Amino acid sequence: MRVRSLDDLKAIAQRALEKLCGRRIRIAVGLATCGIATGAEEVYSAFLKGIESLKRDILLTKVGCIGYCREEPIVNVVIPGKALLLLSRVRPEDASEILKNLIDGDVPREKIVCRVKEWDHLLEKIHYGDGFTDVSLYEDTPFFKHQRKIVLRNAGIINPEDIEEYIAVGGYRSLYKALTEMTPEMVIEEVKRSGLRGRGGAGFPTGLKWEITAKSESDERYIICNADEGDPGAYMNRNEMESDPHSLIEGMIIGGYAIGAKEGIIYVRAEYPLAISRLQIAIEQSRRYGLLGENIFGTDFSFDIRIVKGAGAFVCGEETAMIASIEGETGRPRPRPPFPAEKGLWGKPTNINNVETWCNIPVIVYKGGEWFSKIGTKNNTGTKVFSLVGEVQRVGLVEVPLGTSLKRIVYDIGNGCPDGLKVKAVQIGGPSGGCIPEGLLDIPVDYESLKEVGSIMGSGGMVVMSERTSMVETAAFFVSFTSEESCGKCAPCREGLKQMLNILNKILMGKGSPSDLELLKELSETIKTTSLCGLGQTAPNPVLTTIKYFKEEYEELIKRYD
Amino acid sequence: MDEGKAKIIDEIISKYASRTGRVLSVLEELQEKEGYLSKESLKYISTRLNVPLSDLYSVATFYSFFNLKRAGKNIITICMGTACYVKGAPKLLEELEKLLKVKEGETTPDGSFTIRSARCFGACSMAPVIRVNDRTYGFMSPERLPAFLKLYGWKQG
Repeated sequence: MRVRSLDDLKAIAQRALEKLCGRRIRIAVGLATCGIATGAEEVYSAFLKGIESLKRDILLTKVGCIGYCREEPIVNVVIPGKALLLLSRVRPEDASEILKNLIDGDVPREKIVCRVKEWDHLLEKIHYGDGFTDVSLYEDTPFFKHQRKIVLRNAGIINPEDIEEYIAVGGYRSLYKALTEMTPEMVIEEVKRSGLRGRGGAGFPTGLKWEITAKSESDERYIICNADEGDPGAYMNRNEMESDPHSLIEGMIIGGYAIGAKEGIIYVRAEYPLAISRLQIAIEQSRRYGLLGENIFGTDFSFDIRIVKGAGAFVCGEETAMIASIEGETGRPRPRPPFPAEKGLWGKPTNINNVETWCNIPVIVYKGGEWFSKIGTKNNTGTKVFSLVGEVQRVGLVEVPLGTSLKRIVYDIGNGCPDGLKVKAVQIGGPSGGCIPEGLLDIPVDYESLKEVGSIMGSGGMVVMSERTSMVETAAFFVSFTSEESCGKCAPCREGLKQMLNILNKILMGKGSPSDLELLKELSETIKTTSLCGLGQTAPNPVLTTIKYFKEEYEELIKRYD
Repeated sequence: MDEGKAKIIDEIISKYASRTGRVLSVLEELQEKEGYLSKESLKYISTRLNVPLSDLYSVATFYSFFNLKRAGKNIITICMGTACYVKGAPKLLEELEKLLKVKEGETTPDGSFTIRSARCFGACSMAPVIRVNDRTYGFMSPERLPAFLKLYGWKQG
């Protein structure tokens, strides 16, 4: 059916709400990549078999990931009128026991993580109900307590392959508002007022970027979603696409309207097959409902999205390299200026934003830039999703207001290292980021504070390292990564990183000399200041920060064999 | 170039009318079908898309996703992302190379396994992670590998 009005949206929402919290028991299995890898598909099949043999009218469905990856497979269940319950580490053999209990209005206690009385999807609230008062509340659970969900507002709660469930929680209402009540300039103004900065890592103000692209003289413009999440240790974007693809799509359509583009491209890495398939499903559904394509909501605005799969080149995360790649060339960066906002894809003005940036847009348009700007800190508004991984107990995806301290994330949310080990450092910002020592974990997570300690925000990877991790080996690991991924276009990056790796390996083999540290620093400065693109400009960060904060480890290796 | 193959390529090309993203998409889809990009295929695509063969070769060798050699029946990819690295992925690769008696990037003589490494699957919460064909497996350890390989028809010895 084609959606033409707000009433159409509301009618669909009413119908779909019945699926989310209706008169039937709902069992939703978390089927994102992490869930599937721990056996969630087998869990789903076990429930399916169980329901068939019971001959009961129970709704079995799939959802994305709520972020508590350590507890996968996660299943959430809703008994009509009662609180939604999150169940953890569900095995196929648990299915029959859980079903038996559910029919009697109960759930085995040992499986429950917490209960949700009400879920705030920001555009809509879903009230589930009371019951299970002996179970701790979602907002009291250590892993969730300090989080604030804007980007992940729907992740793990709705079925990502069902556009109607997205509409039920307020989906596409922001698009309706933008197209029928706002001019493109008003949309840009709202995004500017929100203070939103690019979530891909560089932190450029999104509204300003949109404005520059919109004002560039041209008959054609493009928008691109950067979903080439290449930082090892980072998987926020994968989950955002797998769990709530319509958020991204709606954000892009609104962006297309504001910027004056008719075509959007999602450049997504080939290593994410499930994200690609869910995006394809979502795009087809949006077209079928008339939310993508010609004359959206009966207005004269038309817009469509195509997916281009990346082919495994880290450097393609850089804007100009990505454009070259979409044009069918090797993904090598081009000198800037001209910036893509003036001359981008096929020489036309092009606006590129990260997945997470786009996912914030529907909320900003609906709730207003003013509302958004009050979350986080003054120059760092909103939230950021981080993948908290490595040697940390509660591994998972966490979304916190910007300005939250690293300590809070690593200890209060992540509960520190396992096996009684001490935290030594936290590596932030992917291979271009830095290793922040435990002693500095008091700093707030924002673009400027991270830069001050020699790291970058990056896309959101946060890898915790314990006392048993060698920092020199870690630095060598990152440099071997960036030197391999260097596109080879400019000499400082291509040759400099190779030499840097040689020196690091020499030190690791016990053949280092005291002058090597100075040489590494000098080389780092040269690569930073003279490389063509962000890859080279930031690649020395892991070396510089480990020399700065863990110099004794280098000296120890050099001295031992002196 | 035999006709059957030409037809497959023509069909793939016909799906991508717009030039936006066409080269990558055609090569990707062909590789998904054939397992690798042969010299004849690249030559044929070059004439059909009117892109110099040297440019296509440049693209096919720049991106790590493309293979110019036929791969084994099962492709085992070890994730070398930061989280996997911290949790012992290098040891996993070492053990896998020992068991299959081939190095990373190579295929066993009987054509049943190819070993590869990847930058990051984004399944960091279950590090270390490996992928066999399209399926991802978490919490892998060198000790678990032999039993695991047997699932895919590997025989010790």
